[in-house]
Amino acid sequence: MKQFTGRVFLFGDDVDTDAIIPARYLNNSDLEHLKKHCMEDADQEFPNKVQVGDIIVAGKNFGCGSSREHAPIAINASGVSCVIAESFARIFYRNAINIGLPILEVSLKGKVKDGDLVTVNLDNGTVEIKGEVLKAQAFPPELMAIIEAGGLVSYVKKEIEAGEKHV
Amino acid sequence: MGLNLAEKILASHSGKETVRPDQFVMAKVDLVLGNDITSPVAIKEFRRLGAKHVFNKDKIALICDHFTPNKDIQAAEQVKMIRQFAREQEITHFYDVGEMGIEHCLIPEKGLAGPGDLVIGADSHTCTYGALGAFATGVGSTDMAAAMALGKAWFRVPHTQRFNYQGQLKPYVTGKDLIIYTIGQIGVDGARYQAMEFGGEVIENLSVEGRLTMANMAIEAGAKAGLFASDDKTVEYLQKAGRKVEKLYPDLDASYYKIYNWDVSKLEPQIAFPHLPENARSVRETKGIKLDQVVVGSCTNGRIEDLRQAAEVLKGRKVNKNLRMIVIPGTQKIYLQAIAEGLIQTFIEAGAAVSTPTCGPCLGGHMGILASGERSLSTTNRNFVGRMGHPNSEVYLAGPYVAAASAVAGEIVHPEEVLS
Repeated sequence: MKQFTGRVFLFGDDVDTDAIIPARYLNNSDLEHLKKHCMEDADQEFPNKVQVGDIIVAGKNFGCGSSREHAPIAINASGVSCVIAESFARIFYRNAINIGLPILEVSLKGKVKDGDLVTVNLDNGTVEIKGEVLKAQAFPPELMAIIEAGGLVSYVKKEIEAGEKHV
Repeated sequence: MGLNLAEKILASHSGKETVRPDQFVMAKVDLVLGNDITSPVAIKEFRRLGAKHVFNKDKIALICDHFTPNKDIQAAEQVKMIRQFAREQEITHFYDVGEMGIEHCLIPEKGLAGPGDLVIGADSHTCTYGALGAFATGVGSTDMAAAMALGKAWFRVPHTQRFNYQGQLKPYVTGKDLIIYTIGQIGVDGARYQAMEFGGEVIENLSVEGRLTMANMAIEAGAKAGLFASDDKTVEYLQKAGRKVEKLYPDLDASYYKIYNWDVSKLEPQIAFPHLPENARSVRETKGIKLDQVVVGSCTNGRIEDLRQAAEVLKGRKVNKNLRMIVIPGTQKIYLQAIAEGLIQTFIEAGAAVSTPTCGPCLGGHMGILASGERSLSTTNRNFVGRMGHPNSEVYLAGPYVAAASAVAGEIVHPEEVLS
């Protein structure tokens, strides 16, 4: 069962991709480089404070702005186990699923503060905070297929290996 | 029930008679686009897929524009990787220094997007081509990689919001003002996961350039696409690019998630205040905002009409001593046209710097980065924290008339204040 507990880093509404990974660092897509600057323009100390297993909690429209996949990649590389937001911007949502960064769409407004512990169960899409269990928006089956394959690359790889085209 | 533009295009590309909102479709794409930031990641993923060849070398566009001409060694390494991939795969539409332009100015100019096309691009402003009647949407690098290999991508059919603009626009009010106003009305997530369809008599009278500016910023309302029906102007614009097209319209009985009808006759030029494009205000309510920099350019406002508007204001005037002005034509063709029309001379005589095409300062890449505490007015599309440089700098968004007038005044002003 995919269940884990992590420490919360709380952010507000409309966290944009320039805050997640500023464009000035996009001249290099190495994980170590992106990790060093993750969330820097929203919280300068984030790259130093974040630990493996921590959880980002945010308001509406998380990841708005650019299509840069460097944004979910930077969060993933930082060791963040899951991003929970009231809602996600479309391209970020798609990118997170494609690269296998766990995301859950549910509002935790007023329920958590920085440093709180929350328990996430990815199998049934629930978040537990201080005994209260909240259910996240379910993924449609088409997306579940990509998530279960571990991301778009593994999903498409199967298709290519099946000899459908060009190999 | 009829179909709107987004539904028509997604249906035709997935071999279906009809599609409904929220339905998942696997659709064939007509063009897959990447830039110098997103393509290197996509190329790595393409290799991880185990793909050997792209699905069609004529249907992929790789455009080096963000940090190009390369600003540092790391950016140069990224472009080197794209260059090698483009040669190996014999990519037809690979545009490097000398030929390149800002991707969303270059693709329309070359006629690579048109009515009924389905385009995905690893750049959020790919939605620009909706102005030409294409369903065009931004995706990430992994989606780009998969589409380069397979020639198709999955889509959830979006709900569509329809925006009808009626009336007569006041002088100096442009497509930029319409879209900033619209985002101000519905918010930066007002069309999240949805398509926006623009129409009404104001849109019929608007130039293709103005429509490209509007479609470009659909993403700033969270939209998946921003679409326009095609008309004679669309056909003529693409004819110049050597492409003959059929017009595409939404059905009269198409269904919409929501319909807005706005009379915009009284609309004043708009300014989006920091740090979100939804912070729209009339320039008339904007007093005493001193500027350190003015930028005219980008995929939003780097086309010939934009340069003409800026030059109209700057002709015979000087850029204020207290600020820097940077003008960036969107493509080499636009640059040449601006030279032929004397616009570049006007800019240089006014004291503005003119750059070769690049995204440059729009995303804080190069060519005009802000220091701490500095403030820029820009014809670009985003004013997020740190977007143009230091996290303590500020970006205000506006159209080219307001930008040029403000460059002369040294603070944000209505163009009338400079021209009268």
